[in-house]
Order: sequence, then C-alpha cells, then structure tokens
Amino acid sequence: MKLHEYQSKQIFSKYGIPIPKGRVAATSEEAKHIAQELGGRVVIKSQVLVGGRGKAGGIRLAKTPQEAEEVAGQILAMEIKGLPVRKVLVDEAASIDAEIYLGITNDRAARKPVMMASSAGGVDIEDVAREHPEKISRVHIDPLLGLRDYQARDLAAGIDLPRDLWRDFSQIAHGLWRAFLECDSTLSEINPLVITADNRLLALDGKMVLDDNALFRHPDLAEMRDMDAEAGAEVEARKHGLSYIKLDGEIGCMVNGAGLAMATMDIIKLYGGEPANFLDIGGGAGSDKVAAALRIILADPNVRSVLINIFGGITRCDEVARGIVTALQEVKTQVPMVVRLIGTNAEEGRQILADANMITAESLADAAQKSIVAAAAGVQTQ
Amino acid sequence: MSILVGKNTRLLVQGITGNEGLFHTEQMLAYGTNVVAGTRPGKGGEWVLDGKVPIFDSVKIAIEATGANTSVIFIPARFAPDAIYESADAGIPLIVCITEGIPVLEMMRIRNYIDQKGTRLVGPNCPGLLTPGEAKVGIIPGDISIPGSVGVVSRSGTLTYEVLYALMEVGLGASTCVGIGGDPINGTNFIDVLGKFEADPYTEQVVLIGEIGGTDEEKAAEYIADHMTKPVVAFIAGQTAPPGKRMGHAGAIVEAGSGLAADKIRALEAVGVGVAKQPAEIPSLLG
Repeated sequence: MKLHEYQSKQIFSKYGIPIPKGRVAATSEEAKHIAQELGGRVVIKSQVLVGGRGKAGGIRLAKTPQEAEEVAGQILAMEIKGLPVRKVLVDEAASIDAEIYLGITNDRAARKPVMMASSAGGVDIEDVAREHPEKISRVHIDPLLGLRDYQARDLAAGIDLPRDLWRDFSQIAHGLWRAFLECDSTLSEINPLVITADNRLLALDGKMVLDDNALFRHPDLAEMRDMDAEAGAEVEARKHGLSYIKLDGEIGCMVNGAGLAMATMDIIKLYGGEPANFLDIGGGAGSDKVAAALRIILADPNVRSVLINIFGGITRCDEVARGIVTALQEVKTQVPMVVRLIGTNAEEGRQILADANMITAESLADAAQKSIVAAAAGVQTQ
Repeated sequence: MSILVGKNTRLLVQGITGNEGLFHTEQMLAYGTNVVAGTRPGKGGEWVLDGKVPIFDSVKIAIEATGANTSVIFIPARFAPDAIYESADAGIPLIVCITEGIPVLEMMRIRNYIDQKGTRLVGPNCPGLLTPGEAKVGIIPGDISIPGSVGVVSRSGTLTYEVLYALMEVGLGASTCVGIGGDPINGTNFIDVLGKFEADPYTEQVVLIGEIGGTDEEKAAEYIADHMTKPVVAFIAGQTAPPGKRMGHAGAIVEAGSGLAADKIRALEAVGVGVAKQPAEIPSLLG
C-alpha cells in the first residue's frame, strides 16, 4: 500500500526528520489560507499516487496567496495519469543549494533492508542506478541490529556530504530507519533531501510503501489507503480476502493458489486466448469467498467465459463447489463456465456441481481450450 | 528415498487444534506420517483425533516427551513468527511453516535468527513437503503422487500439485517434493534444495517450478551450471503477469524491470535446463 507524499512526510516528521512547513488542502480557498499563514512563496503539490507529477504540471510555485488559490484550483481540477487530484499539499518554498537522495528498501537477495544515498537527488533513483551506479552508496542493515551510527557516517562520506552536516544527516538516517521499521514499510524514501541556502537538511519530498501483510498491526496506517489508486474491483476483492488483478482479456479466471493462477493465465495465452484477470481465492477458501470471487469476475463486461481451476489442498473442492452454486443463485448469468476440480474432496465437489450445467474439464490444457471455444461461441450468439 | 522428510520424521503440529491444523493432521496421519505430538498453549494433557495425538503446552515439553524432530506450523500470521522462534529455540532441526501473510521485516529477522541457530525452515507461505509412500508434512494432497526418482522443488502450492499429478499420470513418481513458498524472504531457497537432491542417491532428475519476482531462479541456474550433474527441467509461471502488480504471492512481483519470467527462462535455458511451456509438458522433457 502506497502513502501520499503528505502522509509520508507527516510520518517522517514524527521521527524527527525536518520537513517544510505546510498543510494539505482539498479546495483552492484552503490553499489560499495556508499560503497566507505561511507567508512568502509556496509550492502547490498534487497528491496522487503516481510518478511524474512535476512533468504533468502537478507541482507549481506560487508567489502570493492569490496566486496559490488560482494554481491550487487548476491543479485540483486535473487528472494525472487517470487519477483525479483530490488534495494538494501547500508547502513553504525552500531555497535549494543541493539535492540528495536517501531511501530504504528491502534487498530480497541479501535478505536485509538496504539504505541508499546518492548525491544525485531529485531524479528517479532507478535511473541513477542504471546510468551512474557509482553515485549511489549503500549499506545493508542487519534486521537484528538495526542501523548503526557508523553506517550512517559511511553513507554521508560516500556521497561527499560536507562534514558539518554529518550529524544532522545521521539523525535523519536513523529517523528514516525507525519510520521504515516501525511502520513495516517496504520502501521509505526522501527524494530530494535538500541542503538549503542556509545550510540545513530538509526533506522536500517523501514516499512510503507499506507491507500489506503487516497492516493488521497498523490499523491507523491502514486507514490512510487511497481507494482511487486501485480499480474498484480490486478494492472489493480485498474486502473478501481475495487477490484480484484486472487484465484486458475475455476469459475470466478463478483459481486457488497464485502460482497456478498465473500458470492458468499463461496457458490461456498459449492457446490463443486472453485472460480477463488474475484471481487467487487463496488457501482454505470457503463458499462465501468463492461466491464473492465469481461476482467480481462476472461484473467485468469483457468476460465472455469463465475458467474455474481448483486443485484442492488446503482448499476443499466441495466448499468451492458450494460457493459456485450460491453465487449462481444470486447472479443469473449466461456466461459459460468451464470447471476443473481435482484434489481434496474433488469427488464431492463434482457431485455438487453435477446439476449446475457447467462444462467440465479433465486437464488444465483441456480447460483452457474449452474456455476459449466457449468465449468465442458466446460472442457469436450475441 | 528422500530428502528432509521420510520414515524417520517424528512430526509435531503447532496449532493442532485449529480448523486447518486438525484437518491436515488427520490427512497426514491417514497418509502414514508419524505425527507424534501437537501444541496448543493451555490445552496440554488433552488429546485430539480420538486419542491418536497428544497435545502439549509448549514445543519444548513436546520434544522432551515425544522426541519430535520436525515441526509443521498451522498458526495465523500474527502468531506464526513466535511459533517459528519457539521451535527453533527448542532445537527442532526442521520447521515447516504453512502460514501465509507474515510481514517481510518479520521474515528477515526470522531468517537471520534461524541461520544463526542452524535451523532449517521451509516456507512460510508454502504447501510443505511430500515424500511419497513415506511421509507428508503440510498440505500437499497425498494421492497425487507416487514414489519415484524425480525431485520436485517449487515456489508455488497448487501449481506443484498440478505438476506432481502430471508426472503421476505418465507413471513418474517423486523422491521428495519441497514447496519452498511464495514469499520474498523464505527459509529455504532453490539452491538449498537442489544441493540436497544432487546428494540424494534416490533422486535421478529434478523439476524446478519458479515464478516471477526476485532472482532465485537465476541463482538456481548458476548453481545448476556449477554443481549439478543430474538433469533439471523447469516451469516458470507468470509470463502474462503485468509489471508492478503483486500476483497473489507476496514475492511474485516484477519490480524495476527485475523478476521477469522471460529473464528466468533465458537464464535456465542458457545452462541447459529444459523449460516447459505448460505444466503438462514437463514429463516429456524428463529423460
């Protein structure tokens, strides 16, 4: 789950990281008031969960409160990469001498968090990594020890930060590490961290991504989720504990297990069809979950047939079959369905579905081919 | 005829009184697995399944009473880390964690801790292990594989069943099947299992089932080139997965251009590994 810039910076501030004075506004009038309070020049920044806000015209300077009102009004009327701008952050404008990068993410291969700093701040760190890898300093953080002082100093030295700023830099690095750790973040970055004209360090922009698996222990953070950033069906799916991702094809898929769900999508493509979605009902799914899954798949108007592929392990095929029957009682549909059940309680599952008028398949390849044929036939009859 | 689990496994089930724990304990017993104990704090002294398995309050007491040498965890994500630490601390050499949804920072601490202890953890977010004809530890259905000489290692659960079933249909059996799990940080990686299959006299060839995300398959390819004499066949799921989206498994995501199925397939093919286009093709690629 991604947090907005203003949310990330508020969290950073709680951990002692200096951020510009500023507040978030939902209307141009609010933006004007905030600009009046701050006095002087302000930066109006759109709060949307996509990159490239600046290039899209979503970050602009205003010299007076009147100008702030006008600019905020324009930005609040924008859509950036398909997402509506609902809020703007009005920040005091800073005089910048230099821009650096400071961030933490997880290094899967090293199985440790890695803190990265670069003298090339203000640009995408992935571009720096590709074009100027020598400009990035890295330290791996032992998850049992946490960030040590010498590591923060190593980073400061690694990016040639002036020595009089090392102490402040170290405090910011420790604050960022604690924010990362205590919020169960998978990415926390300050980009840019600027050196101001009066020689202070200031976190001008902030970004946090949180571990979805850890939100159970951060109910306050979980509430910050921006539903705009996700397709409505994905939000609905998550409510039911399902993992759903919409794609552009015509064959809906309901599968248990992420690996098998991906393999099912791949095999549909292999035989010339296009999957309409990824959907993993998860391990041990009961009939309620299955019914919700089927409703979500059938709500996609592009879906011409549905492939249900269940290989029972922790999931019991009879439970899945009951869910399918329940869902079909609610959602009357003409969309043909191809079902393949195998594994735990498969026989019971097949018996439950025997009266449900479904196309049955023995193998995954058979199921994929039948769902493609069914989709094509459905199109012809319409 | 096995690696990690087999006839000598003396299994402890952590979370034996939960729905899934109890259901799968029954399945494991029915398969012939030697389930010697279960734990459920506060219920020590009771029994489950008509007196078949005794319950203990802690892993330590269970080991002292029964000589358990392997534990399997069926405990929700918020309590599963504690269960792993408890088993590792009690000295169990092999822990299998079925639980999905453990926070990644928690897994980093766990991995570092068990590496120091010398404990082997399989999973989390995995289906466990099956040595056909000997023992099953976890949730892999017992009736989809027969004893044989193919070692199977996989990041997936149900996709693994698909492959075991495809092998069985043409009369091929497995020495052991190991589900290492779909999380970005796990206890056991491909190369750990490949090394064990290479050393196991009963394993003649290996099937590796990977998916998008991370670089474990690329590392496996390097390991195969340098250390494996036995033939390896692979399948990689997620060729149609869009970038930047987490495909169900916490670890199945293409990030910053890394973790693509195509890169993994290329790396494996470059070292002579046959990569199947669909699961059903795997048997025909085996010798």
